[in-house]
Amino acid sequence: MSSATLSPAAAKADTPISVRAHLRHTGALIRRNLLWIRQDPESMFDAILFPVVFTLLFVYVFGGSIGQSLGGGQDRYVQYVIPGLLAMMGMNMAQGVGTGFNQDFNSGVMDRFRSLPIGRGSVLFAKIAVELMRMLFASAVLMVVALLVGYDVHSWSGLLASVALSAVFGSALMWVFLTLGVVMKSAQSVQAMGFLVLMPLQFGSSIFAPTASMPGWLQAFTDYNPLSSLADSARALMEGGTDSHALWVTLIWSVGLTAVMAPVAVHKFRTKS
Amino acid sequence: MCMKRIDDIPVGGQSAVTVRGLVKHYGETKALDGVDLDVREGTVMGVLGPNGAGKTTLVRILSTLITPDAGRATVAGYDVVRQPRQLRRTIGLTGQYASVDEKLPGWENLYLIGRLLDLSRKDARTRADELLERFSLTEAARRPAGTYSGGMRRRLDLAASMIGRPAVLYLDEPTTGLDPRTRNEVWDEVKAMVGEGVTVLLTTQYMEEAEQLASELTVVDRGKVIAKGGIEELKARVGGRTLRVRPVDPLELRPLAGMLDELGITGLAATTVDAETGTLLVPVLSDEQLTAVVGAVTARGITLSSITTELPSLDEVFLSLTGHRASAPQDTAPADDRQEVAV
Repeated sequence: MSSATLSPAAAKADTPISVRAHLRHTGALIRRNLLWIRQDPESMFDAILFPVVFTLLFVYVFGGSIGQSLGGGQDRYVQYVIPGLLAMMGMNMAQGVGTGFNQDFNSGVMDRFRSLPIGRGSVLFAKIAVELMRMLFASAVLMVVALLVGYDVHSWSGLLASVALSAVFGSALMWVFLTLGVVMKSAQSVQAMGFLVLMPLQFGSSIFAPTASMPGWLQAFTDYNPLSSLADSARALMEGGTDSHALWVTLIWSVGLTAVMAPVAVHKFRTKS
Repeated sequence: MCMKRIDDIPVGGQSAVTVRGLVKHYGETKALDGVDLDVREGTVMGVLGPNGAGKTTLVRILSTLITPDAGRATVAGYDVVRQPRQLRRTIGLTGQYASVDEKLPGWENLYLIGRLLDLSRKDARTRADELLERFSLTEAARRPAGTYSGGMRRRLDLAASMIGRPAVLYLDEPTTGLDPRTRNEVWDEVKAMVGEGVTVLLTTQYMEEAEQLASELTVVDRGKVIAKGGIEELKARVGGRTLRVRPVDPLELRPLAGMLDELGITGLAATTVDAETGTLLVPVLSDEQLTAVVGAVTARGITLSSITTELPSLDEVFLSLTGHRASAPQDTAPADDRQEVAV
């Protein structure tokens, strides 16, 4: 190809986008996603209802019997399940990201964003930032409900560390769901897919019940299930200790998932037509 | 891929958009099959063609939303494949489907785009206010765009594409789906923008829209350019006109159409009934045919409330240029299967 006949501008390589510009663009898009919530406060219902409903359901339906097998009563189960539910919060929020983003992508406004001189990853970062805010909000609601049903906080710093860990793991999962949201055709299929993946992962873990009484093949699964590691880490932290094995496994999963899925999501978003 | 040397770009950036041998295939479908196009600075180029002709694919490549399979294109001197970011800084895009965020208020839509275009907070605010004023949307500034009427949404869309003061503006079927009054409103806005020196690439299915806005026309069909030239030149080549006849009694529409068909008074395309407006569209090729239509109506004793002459429809343009109907395989499609083109 000859570039001799092109105008001088064409000879230069494409200009990169500075970090500051990236932050500015992401900030503007975060504002957009926050305004959505203001425009449609009902979109926060899940962040309020999910922790309330799940806490009440698990504590009062299963609390008595599982608590007994733990060598106590319902109180014993409250101490067990709350860290698990905290871990689960990241998951449920992550699943919503895929559905929401799929709808967003199919609206004409995405074409406009993609025709602007912004890093296309900004759109995804903004979405994740806002979902993390929603997740923190849901965690706060969960803790209020937890205190009301008698949860005894042994370590406040451990509690904060658990919330942070859950957020880290949740954001790693969000990249997975964002990729699904970009790749799959409809919001419904994203939701169905998320449900199919998350349901067995959540229940086949130590989130809701100790795994000791499960059959061997299931225990093998729960042992490798990162949600078990996340729930175990949160449980240890909130009791004021650390389960360093579970903690490391959780962190490695988080970093690994992000390292693999974030570039995939950005690439799919960039090249989708 | 084989790239041609571009020797005919006038030095000094006279050509705002240059397209050479552009190809884009989707599986077996050749959306673009070797398109050449030049849009000179400060002019409006109309790209006329039916659905599926490749118009939107062309606009999407020129907006860097998709990449071509072969050929090349530059906008304001920037290559669509190698310099997408610089290119995006010089363009404005108004899509076929209004691309504004429906959940955000009008003002927030414009402010957001301003920030994404690296305006300072203050400048983004001022620009949003200015453009809302300019497109008569100030009163609706705080309402979500989802509550806007079709025309207001298109105006907001136009405003959004003007924020970066683009050198080249793409209007992809800007009035498809709008009622005639709103369509005129959008046309007026586009004319005002052209008056300010913006280069426009307009895609449309309407000959009338092309005549209103464009100075030059490229007719595309199935991914290929089938004619190009000035509007008047193409009109002269087509030669036809469309008579719009409105009987006082709408029940007379079909008998009237049948009668004209029997008499063989018709241009290249067939006579069609536009039930929505209660009119009959009769293509004619000459003044003699026009007179004959009026004579036949009078002889039959049908009272007319109006009769007007219009430009040839897209169908007629296609029939005269290619010998086949717009996008139909040869000319086997019956007339009533075709969608209403010239509204």
